[in-house]
Amino acid sequence: MSTATTPTAAEAELAVQARQAPVRSQGYWAGVFKRVRRDPVTIACAAILLLMLLAIVFAPLLAPHEPYQGSMIRRLRGIGTPNYPLGTDELGRDIVTRLLYGGRLSWFMGIVPVVLAFVIGTTLGVTAGFMGGKVNMAIMRTTDIFYAFPSVLLAVAISGALGAGIFNAILSLTLVFVPQIIRVAESVTQGVRNLDFVDAARASGASGFTIVRVHVLGNVLGPIFVYATGLISVCMILSSGLSFLGLGTKPPEPEWGLMLNTLRTAIYVQPWVAVLPGACIFVTSICFNLLSDGLRQAMDVKG
Amino acid sequence: MILYLLRRIVYAIPIALAVGFVCFMLVQIAPGDPINAIVPPDAPADVVEQVRKDYGLDKPLPVQFGLWLSKVVVGDLGRSLATGRPVWADLRTAIGNTLMLAFAASTLGFILGCILGGLAGTFRGSAIDRGAVGIAVAGVSVPHYWLGMVLVVIFSVQLNWLPAMGAGPGGSSDWGWDWDHIQHLVLPTITLSVIPMGIVTRTVRGIVAEIMNQEFITALRGKGMTRSGIFYHVVKNAAPNALAIMGLQLGYLMGGSILVETVFSWPGTGLLLNSAIFQRDLPVLQGTILVLAMFFVALNLLVDLIQTALDPRIKRA
Repeated sequence: MSTATTPTAAEAELAVQARQAPVRSQGYWAGVFKRVRRDPVTIACAAILLLMLLAIVFAPLLAPHEPYQGSMIRRLRGIGTPNYPLGTDELGRDIVTRLLYGGRLSWFMGIVPVVLAFVIGTTLGVTAGFMGGKVNMAIMRTTDIFYAFPSVLLAVAISGALGAGIFNAILSLTLVFVPQIIRVAESVTQGVRNLDFVDAARASGASGFTIVRVHVLGNVLGPIFVYATGLISVCMILSSGLSFLGLGTKPPEPEWGLMLNTLRTAIYVQPWVAVLPGACIFVTSICFNLLSDGLRQAMDVKG
Repeated sequence: MILYLLRRIVYAIPIALAVGFVCFMLVQIAPGDPINAIVPPDAPADVVEQVRKDYGLDKPLPVQFGLWLSKVVVGDLGRSLATGRPVWADLRTAIGNTLMLAFAASTLGFILGCILGGLAGTFRGSAIDRGAVGIAVAGVSVPHYWLGMVLVVIFSVQLNWLPAMGAGPGGSSDWGWDWDHIQHLVLPTITLSVIPMGIVTRTVRGIVAEIMNQEFITALRGKGMTRSGIFYHVVKNAAPNALAIMGLQLGYLMGGSILVETVFSWPGTGLLLNSAIFQRDLPVLQGTILVLAMFFVALNLLVDLIQTALDPRIKRA
């Protein structure tokens, strides 16, 4: 992998790439986009997610009340109360406002661990798959250890030991997803590594790093990305679950999982208000899941 | 074959050791001195020092791991900080309850998943297929702790048909085979079964569709075999993989039931973990996670061995 690179060969290599790449990739992405556009379920999910994203980004403009300001005289109002369309929580805070603001943290904690795991897992997995040998052995056997824990248990174990907090929750969730992404990245890289064009690049004198950057990444990022989008749904459920257990965000911070936890005590008073935050988690999670399925089909990724 | 089995068993040993090491490290990564995990915070200084010596906490980390391991393998998981009882004593009843719930839920999920997945795979592309796939996606995307709350709202609060909490009458934590206990099992089982249902549906659908496309099915049809005859052949070919998924799901549910157990106050390992987290009772946390993870490792091994034994197509050397 550390073969000497003659500058001319590498330059010629890159020049060829530069000439070919835009044309080919445009065709590919145009095809993906066309296939996505013909898939009503994927479009609908993307639209719902976009609306939710806009709603939580512009929460301060949309929210009718203050997220932290409660009142003892209007606690646990039902759905349809004037001024409080979805009722109030156990401290008299407006549910609509809390849901809008709560989405910010829930989305943040559902996406950030997956993004971190995507970066770390892809790096390690591609390294393992491309280098092979002892490096592969070291990385993959370490991955096996984390695979020996059910993911919920691992997340609970690490955040339980570290204590509650957003940072600890993100750390533990990242640790849950990194091994999964490493496995996918390693196996797709293994598949690409022995293809003819990699051999050709090596024969023309490209260094290991150049081969990975130019030839391998373009072929493996798609499948890994699709896999990672599927993880967002799981991550959303797990991170809200950690908050539900009191391990993620701390009160009075609005977060869907935590809201579900505190409203649980009100289940006999205002049952339908109490289940609203969970419905938000469900809708987000299922939309991300279907979006990931749609992307998988449109990008023709197997598995 | 025998060689493969032996190799697989030997390979599980380093994994089990590594899992033990991760569990050991849980107390080390916890903020504060690990000694706080053993003695109550108000203990006098000389007692703390004595305990530090007794537990070998003044020794280097690898030695500590060795000491800890030598205790764990004989079943000494330490004492709970909150109750002072041995961790294993509480854990034993809790594991029984969790196993009960996880087994019931994975069985229900497996049966439903096989029906839905089988139908979807057989009638691929039809409305039945789309419906089954929709249910499967909903099953894996639903936050199951929330589903549990919704079921409680409907069946306990509104209809008052089923109890909302506990494993038996009067908050008893021991299982018994009577109507009262079974009633308590219904809602948690349904709640927990949606995940394996979704996953089994997806998997079985894939397996069945693949088998239906193979030439021997066409051949069987061609020689005039009835639908039920073909059904038998499909089941026979799909069973090893489907059973493997079922086994793994049981393991996942054992570890993943913490949220559902919290919702229903089901007196299992999840509730134990939950209270351990709240009281920062690290020995209980560590012991429970260790036992659950070891169970998962053993189950993985078992599934692999059974699958190899069942499926003559797998010839591993």
